[in-house]
Amino acid sequence: MAEPVFALQNVDFAYDSGQMALQDVSLSICPGERIVVLGSNGSGKSTLLKLLDGLYYPTGGELKAFGRALTEAAFADDAFNFAFRRRVGLVFQDTDVQLFNASVFDEVAFAPLQLDLPRADVTARVEAAMRDLRIERLRDRAPHRLSGGEKRRVALASVLSLGPEVWLLDEPTTGLDPRSQSWLVDFICAQGAAGRTVVTATHDLTIVDTIADRVLVFGEDHRLAAAGTPAEILSNSELLLACNLTHEHWHRHPEKPDGHRHLHYHGAPHDHGHERTG
Amino acid sequence: MASARGAIERTLAEIGHVLEQSLFAETLSRQPGLLQALDPRVKIVGLLALLVSVSVSRNLWVIGGLYGVALALAVVSRLPVGAFVRRVWLVLPFFTGMVALPALFMTPGPTLWSLPFDWVITRTGALTALFLLTRVGTSVSFALLLIWTTPWNTLLKALSVLRVPDGFILILAMTYRYIALLLGIVDDMFLSRKSRVVGKLSTADERRLLAASAGALLGRSLQLSTEVYLAMQSRGYRGRPRTLDTFAMTARDWAWSFGLVALAAVAMVVGQVGG
Ligand SMILES: Nc1ncnc2c1ncn2[C@@H]1O[C@H](COP(=O)(O)OP(=O)(O)OP(=O)(O)O)[C@@H](O)[C@H]1O
Ligand SMILES: [Mg+2]
Repeated sequence: MAEPVFALQNVDFAYDSGQMALQDVSLSICPGERIVVLGSNGSGKSTLLKLLDGLYYPTGGELKAFGRALTEAAFADDAFNFAFRRRVGLVFQDTDVQLFNASVFDEVAFAPLQLDLPRADVTARVEAAMRDLRIERLRDRAPHRLSGGEKRRVALASVLSLGPEVWLLDEPTTGLDPRSQSWLVDFICAQGAAGRTVVTATHDLTIVDTIADRVLVFGEDHRLAAAGTPAEILSNSELLLACNLTHEHWHRHPEKPDGHRHLHYHGAPHDHGHERTG
Repeated sequence: MASARGAIERTLAEIGHVLEQSLFAETLSRQPGLLQALDPRVKIVGLLALLVSVSVSRNLWVIGGLYGVALALAVVSRLPVGAFVRRVWLVLPFFTGMVALPALFMTPGPTLWSLPFDWVITRTGALTALFLLTRVGTSVSFALLLIWTTPWNTLLKALSVLRVPDGFILILAMTYRYIALLLGIVDDMFLSRKSRVVGKLSTADERRLLAASAGALLGRSLQLSTEVYLAMQSRGYRGRPRTLDTFAMTARDWAWSFGLVALAAVAMVVGQVGG
């Protein structure tokens, strides 16, 4: 088996405020795998992605990327920092924090410039990324004055221009119109097909089986509650309910006027399991 | 007190608007114009020299003359001159006024005007206040010229090339982004409050709301700027700005840098003669 991209061994993480965000997490992610991270609000998905991106360091346990421990000392080494940043790209959940340049063009050019790619290369990458995300006409606009969906696309372009081999996407479909959403799903699939590793944190259960080979579920206790194929996880309604990913609700059917209880998650087709009488 | 609060809100909105227009006017810096075409290093050195000569000048005529130079530079750079003047002189008194006002009354000297209640404006006091206002106004105008005619990232890189320490540039970059975030949050907060507050509030409630907003603003902006720094690191930032443009001094650039520095030097010498 190839060396894993990420390997976590009993990783704990608590914020400075003492707030626990991840507890005793052990997992590994292989090259080319497409992973979806599920979990309710506050379960630690964003924190996990930031740890994987080497922005925070575990407060307990060990986190390795490409076989090397991610520690503060490791990142103090410019060569390591450089190599790691070139290979791994994170798209933040809050686009406002990701867009800090004065124009869209500068924003998209930021990563390739920081990582010292040749000039001609930088321009070519920026143009290609802007074309892919249909944001060419925004090139001179100030990113923080764009619409929510436009910001999201600029944020994606700003990492796409880097061409990372590992993508970390934090709720990337939020705020996208249907066309951009399906573009994004195709995009994730294409990255996967090209052998890249894609880790996506999401609440959108409808896209999970399209964009994931494996699903990690985090519980409200900040622990890894389950891991499995999309089919295994999505059919496990107790698990989804326990982790607040679905909710029980009343649903009225014409053929059963008194209604019945069942589980569902929004937007997904679901089978009610009762025979039709029409 | 509702009208007073309304005034505060309007002033805040106005300042926000001015900051937005002044700091984030990237389109101006991409227009053709004299300053836009100069090497950013020339602009930094030249305008900085003029700024220094403004602040050490003891002659109002020299300060006035230098302000004339700023206006002329704005015109040849095709900046909107009306806005250039208004931005500086409308917002400036709000900040400087607080400092200048006491000086007006408290500096001892011959009486200029007598006001009721034994308040006296002295000639020296009036002069001090006038110096303060014109100095700051002219300095801000030169700074505005630099910011309006140079894309932000280019400006940062030019500072770096001029050997300004990385840490200082990082702080500048963060401050800039921080102001943008702050403006966005203030906007959103006023809007969301407007949409939630139905009917009139008592004065005490108003005060409490304003105080709570200020606290929330501080907390949220601090948290956001920490996140922004993470986002910068994530994309490889190590404190050194980089851009696509290469700086190269042309004969014209050299001519302008000598011209501006010489002008500043002359102003500095003449400005030592009081007036
Ligand atoms: N900067 C911070 N300081 C302190 N605590 C934090 C910070 N960021 C997150 N937390 C806390 O850490 C826990 C995990 O947060 P995280 O943002 O990782 O959740 P999440 O799964 O991404 O949630 P969501 O679905 O809402 O995005 C939460 O309890 C949260 O309150
Ligand atoms: Mg999150």
